[in-house]
Amino acid sequence: MEPKTGAKGISLGSLARRPETGSLIGFVVVYIFFAALGGKVFMSAPGWSSWLNIAAEVGIIALPVGLLMISGEFDMSVGSVIPASSMMAAILSGHYELPALVGILGGLGVGLFVGFVNGVIVTRTTIPSLIVTIGVMFAVMGMTLGLAVMIKGSTSVSYVPDPLTKSILGQFINGMFNVSIFWWLGFVAVFFYFLHISPIGNWVFALGGDRESARNAGIPTDKLTIGLFMMSGFNAAFVGIAQVMTYQSAQVAGGQSFIFNSIMCVVIGGVLLTGGAGSVVGVVLGTMTFAVVNQGIYFAALDPNIGSIIIGALLLAAVLSNDSFRALAMNYATKKK
Amino acid sequence: MNKPVLELKNVNKSFGPIDVLHDITLQVKAGEVLCLLGDNGAGKSTLIKTLAGVHKPTSGEMLMDGEPVSFARPKDAADRGIATVHQFGGTFPLMSIGRSFFVGVEPTKGFGPFKVFDKKTANEVAVKAVQEFGITRITDGDRLIGGLSGGERQSLAIARALHFGARVLILDEPTAALGVKQASHVLRVVMEAKKRGVAVIFITHQVTHAMAVGDHFAVLIRGALAANFMKGEKSREEITDLMAGGEALADLDAHLEDNTGQGAAAATVS
Repeated sequence: MEPKTGAKGISLGSLARRPETGSLIGFVVVYIFFAALGGKVFMSAPGWSSWLNIAAEVGIIALPVGLLMISGEFDMSVGSVIPASSMMAAILSGHYELPALVGILGGLGVGLFVGFVNGVIVTRTTIPSLIVTIGVMFAVMGMTLGLAVMIKGSTSVSYVPDPLTKSILGQFINGMFNVSIFWWLGFVAVFFYFLHISPIGNWVFALGGDRESARNAGIPTDKLTIGLFMMSGFNAAFVGIAQVMTYQSAQVAGGQSFIFNSIMCVVIGGVLLTGGAGSVVGVVLGTMTFAVVNQGIYFAALDPNIGSIIIGALLLAAVLSNDSFRALAMNYATKKK
Repeated sequence: MNKPVLELKNVNKSFGPIDVLHDITLQVKAGEVLCLLGDNGAGKSTLIKTLAGVHKPTSGEMLMDGEPVSFARPKDAADRGIATVHQFGGTFPLMSIGRSFFVGVEPTKGFGPFKVFDKKTANEVAVKAVQEFGITRITDGDRLIGGLSGGERQSLAIARALHFGARVLILDEPTAALGVKQASHVLRVVMEAKKRGVAVIFITHQVTHAMAVGDHFAVLIRGALAANFMKGEKSREEITDLMAGGEALADLDAHLEDNTGQGAAAATVS
């Protein structure tokens, strides 16, 4: 038999074996469902902007959280990095009246630092990353509250950004589309390149597949893990800063919803909870599905509680269907003679 | 004419107060299969981890081509051409054949910071390498590792090691989890590796498999080398007895035959 590696046709079979297929079907079904209920408004610009704005915020965080999950780790700390970084930016630029850039760099620095701490603890100890990042989340939350009260004497700090900063990070285009949608698309491109095109992407999959073998193959597993945690810290901080620029104030609370939402987007997007499999396209589709349900509820005039039920059901359906698609991809190999 | 590729001289290894390896002296030559036999806990894993650079010997010398070597980490051993293939192939079930073949040494095209993983080359090279070992059922580099049979995975892992220039191939119980037919596939791949002049260290506790491919046998008991002999010097029964720590297994056989029902059950479990 000739090796037929180069030959590639787009057949229904090969499409069904792609990891994103389940998430694509999920998105289409959910979109049609809410389009039918929500009517014209949901399908026009206001509808699109409402769910895209949600998708962009959670999507920017879901990308690195997805990569971490592929590499076999969880990051719960994103929930406290968001308020911590926005508080840092607001205190530096708003309270101390330093230039916006200083506030932004300070906020991003918080994210990178928290990610670094997560990564170091996870790689140096045997504590599972789920526990490490929950611990770090509470520590960061406490410090944010403590410092905000100490410096400002209040749990919220306001900051009015200059027009340029506002237009880059917190503007609504046409009064509807948040500029962070474009940032999200940018991050998608970067993460897609990183995971699927650059050689390092292969390391991420190997890390999640079998850490020991990956290390023996010469992959700097510790550095890679720390780097991935720093990525998720950075992206969470980015969202925190964009929130300050958009809403002109930073709150010590808030951001908790991003913990489960980002994980939900990633899992609906077909990333294997135990690591080793997943794709950026899947994560993007999962994020879009999540956002459509999240906002579609209002357009469909349904009880918001039903939205939570749908998201819960969707999560279960996603994991089930992803398992079957994965089994399909595996079986394809054994059946073929 | 044939100098040893890898040699251990009086190697000891202890973890804190616990001595795991005592005074191991062993050598393996190019084109030779050294079978390392021993019961569970005899120190086989520690020995191969020492060879592969995971552990450093507490005392004693390791020589490659007659020169002393010291490995700080597995990568150093790999760079010198020592490759280890683990029981389950050490591969990644949800990665494609092409991708997993090149983990850590990804082929790239493009230049500068915009290096791109070259999937086409990866797939072609991986499929060709494994087909050369007679595993012709693997034709598509996009297939997932998890879809391969255990024997195919092992063969792929061995093909991978040799492709990247392994001179010493350490096989850690490659046949332990396999059926008879699959195991014979792997043994054939081991013979092929030997034919190519690779020094093979084959760890097993299945004496039949060891007898089929081995040129040189070493038996470990409680961290010490209990026997070191060449092919044909000892019978199967003698080897089995040695592995069991010198206690005659014949007694056990006799005991089992007394209650045949339980004996059959015990045999399948072991």
